[in-house]
Amino acid sequence: MSTETLANAPAPTPDGKAPILEVRDLTVEFFVDGEWYPAATEVTYDVRPGEVLAIVGESGSGKTQSSMSLIGLLPPNGRASGSAKLAGRELLGLTHKQLSSVRGKEVAVIFQEPMTALNPVYTVGFQIIETLRVHFDMGPKAARQRAIELLKLVDIPDPERAVDKYPHQLSGGQRQRGMIAQALACDPKLLIADEPTTALDVTVQAEILKLMRDLRSRIDSGIVLITHDMGVVADLSDRVLVMKNGRIVESGVSDTIFNRPTHPYTIQLLESVPHLGSATLQAPGAEHDVTSTSATTATPVQAPAPADTATGYALEAKDLIIEYPSRGRIPAFRAINGVDLTIARGEVLGLVGESGSGKTTVGRAAVGLLPVAGGSLKVNGVELAGVKPKTLREVRQDVSIVFQDPGSSLNPRLPIGESIGEPLKLHGVAKGAELGKRVEDLLDRVHLSRSMRNRYPHELSGGQRQRVGIARALALSPKLLIADEPTSALDVSVQARVLELFQELQREYGFACLFISHDLAVVEILSSRIAVMNKGLLVEVGDRDAILRNPQQDYTKRLLAAVPVPNPAEQKLRREERDRLIEEAEAALRQADAQADAVAHGKNLDEFEQQEQRTKGQFDATNPPRGGGSV
Amino acid sequence: MTTPTPITPQQLDGPEHHDVVENAIELKEVEGLSQGRIVLRRFLRHRGAMASAFVLLCVVVLATTSIGWGPIPGWWKYTPTDLSPIVNSGGAPTLSFSGGITIGEHPFGQDNIGKDVFALVMRGTQQSLTVMVIIGLLASAIGIAIGASAGFFRGRLDNLLMRFTDMVITIPVIMVGAILGAWVGGANPVTLALALAAVSWTSMARLVRGEFLSLREREFVDAARVAGASNGRIMFKHILPNAVGVIIVNATLLMAAAILLETALSYLGFGIAFPDVSLGNLINEYQTAFATRPWLFWWPGLFIVTIALCINFIGDGLRDAFDPRQRRIPTRRALARASRRAERKSGVPATAGA
Repeated sequence: MSTETLANAPAPTPDGKAPILEVRDLTVEFFVDGEWYPAATEVTYDVRPGEVLAIVGESGSGKTQSSMSLIGLLPPNGRASGSAKLAGRELLGLTHKQLSSVRGKEVAVIFQEPMTALNPVYTVGFQIIETLRVHFDMGPKAARQRAIELLKLVDIPDPERAVDKYPHQLSGGQRQRGMIAQALACDPKLLIADEPTTALDVTVQAEILKLMRDLRSRIDSGIVLITHDMGVVADLSDRVLVMKNGRIVESGVSDTIFNRPTHPYTIQLLESVPHLGSATLQAPGAEHDVTSTSATTATPVQAPAPADTATGYALEAKDLIIEYPSRGRIPAFRAINGVDLTIARGEVLGLVGESGSGKTTVGRAAVGLLPVAGGSLKVNGVELAGVKPKTLREVRQDVSIVFQDPGSSLNPRLPIGESIGEPLKLHGVAKGAELGKRVEDLLDRVHLSRSMRNRYPHELSGGQRQRVGIARALALSPKLLIADEPTSALDVSVQARVLELFQELQREYGFACLFISHDLAVVEILSSRIAVMNKGLLVEVGDRDAILRNPQQDYTKRLLAAVPVPNPAEQKLRREERDRLIEEAEAALRQADAQADAVAHGKNLDEFEQQEQRTKGQFDATNPPRGGGSV
Repeated sequence: MTTPTPITPQQLDGPEHHDVVENAIELKEVEGLSQGRIVLRRFLRHRGAMASAFVLLCVVVLATTSIGWGPIPGWWKYTPTDLSPIVNSGGAPTLSFSGGITIGEHPFGQDNIGKDVFALVMRGTQQSLTVMVIIGLLASAIGIAIGASAGFFRGRLDNLLMRFTDMVITIPVIMVGAILGAWVGGANPVTLALALAAVSWTSMARLVRGEFLSLREREFVDAARVAGASNGRIMFKHILPNAVGVIIVNATLLMAAAILLETALSYLGFGIAFPDVSLGNLINEYQTAFATRPWLFWWPGLFIVTIALCINFIGDGLRDAFDPRQRRIPTRRALARASRRAERKSGVPATAGA
């Protein structure tokens, strides 16, 4: 390894404790097709008690595999060599039996997705009690008592009742708290947190980060935090390792990494993180030709349509209501409850909200994938409420959508060239050689090589797939493009490039765009106006700068404060602000709870969330199919 | 350090750098292959399935060439109807393995009136295979059509089709087969196969419906819909190819079941009737001779078991090949070989890990 990494590596902690985990020259390899391929090479680091070590890198950089190898959780074709000592005891090469006494008791793991990491058929309490009783000689009553204590420790409201709840009865944040409680059950010496907040909403993420900060002062374990989110790193970590292609490229104390990074990759990684406030502060409206108007109001401020002589809007929703139809005993659920929204031609509107807020529903309705239940929704001047299939087909010539998950939105059995060319072919725009030329042209536009047109989606990286998705959406040169969280499934550095491409294409094609995202920093880069949604209602619409600098609604304020910023010092300030807001909100919530509960809106929301998870669960269950068996 | 690494550190500022596929290691195995090629490769690696495919191929070749197919004559000197003088005591098989393999005049033996059992068994195998292929293809086609429309359109049509399927399921196949077989079948294996196919598509329909129900919710179907694809195109171009794994696997299992069903029916006397032969009806005909001439019983039985077993193994191999979660776990030997090779290459003893 290079000397530069060692130069600033072992920063002695102030209290000078002996390291709890010493990893030396850890190499993880995978056996594929008769060859060993390294996933991580000569990884060396220490973790001290009470310290948070963040391992940062893109997916595929070996950060997860190197950590999982510590507790023997590699796939069967993997092997680890080198040395990893937990409090002086060698972890590598332990037998399965020895490992199971280490797992859970001395090393605990917090997984990314609490819904899949918790067993849905057992209560949260049962799963914590199980961990306790496996490792300690403990009676069921005592274990239950301890489980309740643990749930109290992670700030789950009403732990006496929560202990008997099933995972699906808890919200996403509470589930992750339950996971953390289970991980803490045996006072582990080392806690591995594998992307603990990636699957959560920003506001929930902020709460979990707060909890983890509190915990590190209360418990004396070393924490290894695996993440790709520099904001989370800035919020939590003492020291940072940056990994790339299985190697540590830079390591040092958090402050040094963020303020004086030396390795070009670290610099690049930091630059690619969308920084909330960067666009508004540095170059207001520079990348957009939309003239900014000031003042945010409850009603949308109409920005003048640029370079477009046509009148009217690309999208116009009035009192829009969208319902998911009732299924069996589940009553119809109203996902959108009276939304007024307009997008001028050529304008980019960012739509922000947490999961379950209904933002995706609006996008899907705009391309006619969901029926309009009430009100009016006009796309390019055509009413979509009660639309006939033939009209819908015509509407779809001028509107298209980029989906969230590029992995599932491309047909795995079609070469990407065919996927891109499909809209052209189906609308009879081009065929034969002409079609081939158009597809190649589109590939050029999204900076993919023409030779890729015969490849299949599984051969492409996430970023490449999403570019294919964008190319397909642009095939018919639409007047309105719906972008449904197009970058949320991508790595930061890839995301930065996709966003760049998106801006470039928007300038070129001049389409109007509804950009749906949960990430305010991303929306800030792209859009001229921002709409905030919560629980099926529009909370606030306004000019980008106005929303970001001077939000009027409490919900928007909380959302803004929850976004972590990749700078430890700034993040500290934001954190304090955020904690204050959370406390205020909690106080307000307690007040409102009594009344709001009766309105049953919250209940509806829970149902919606559950419904969403059910469909998600169906995907998960069917994605790895072909297990045989009967239906 | 001096250890050579296969992954060359990429330049940081080239565009290629960003296009590194994040699950590069897992993809090493499938680099540059279409999904069909991947499945084929996995299947070819499945030893049991490959051996079974070979055996089944041998059986098919033997059955078709030995006594001929239709008007084409075969290389075997007897036909199923020829009578010839009994050579061995009681017509015992002349096939013997003592002191080298001797085939003799009647390798599988003769029955009490001097018919050649080898010719009979070959004819029976032909009939059984015909029935199997027809049932496999036809029942799959019906099942796919019904399952696909039910799963794709849902609602009332789904209800209607599935209740109809339930109704067909409740009727015992063997009874329907017996009645239909006696009514339309008679001696003809093709009509018998058509009749059986009309009642054995149910499992296929239910499986295909399930696949369609889940696949139609996938985003690429929405994407196709936004692109302007019609229902038919979505069903056949987008969803069906993705369900092909389930379909092929189920079709093989259906075929294995079909061959057993045909034998059972013929054994009961409802399937292929006397002047013609099938494996089942051979067993039926000679069951009384089990004690005195067991070879009349063993040979058709052996062929039934072989064919059914081969088809099941092939189905197994296909299922594994289509399952994306199936990963080959390297054997210890393969691991040792790889590390030896690495040693030779680098000249330094590789550090052995756990």
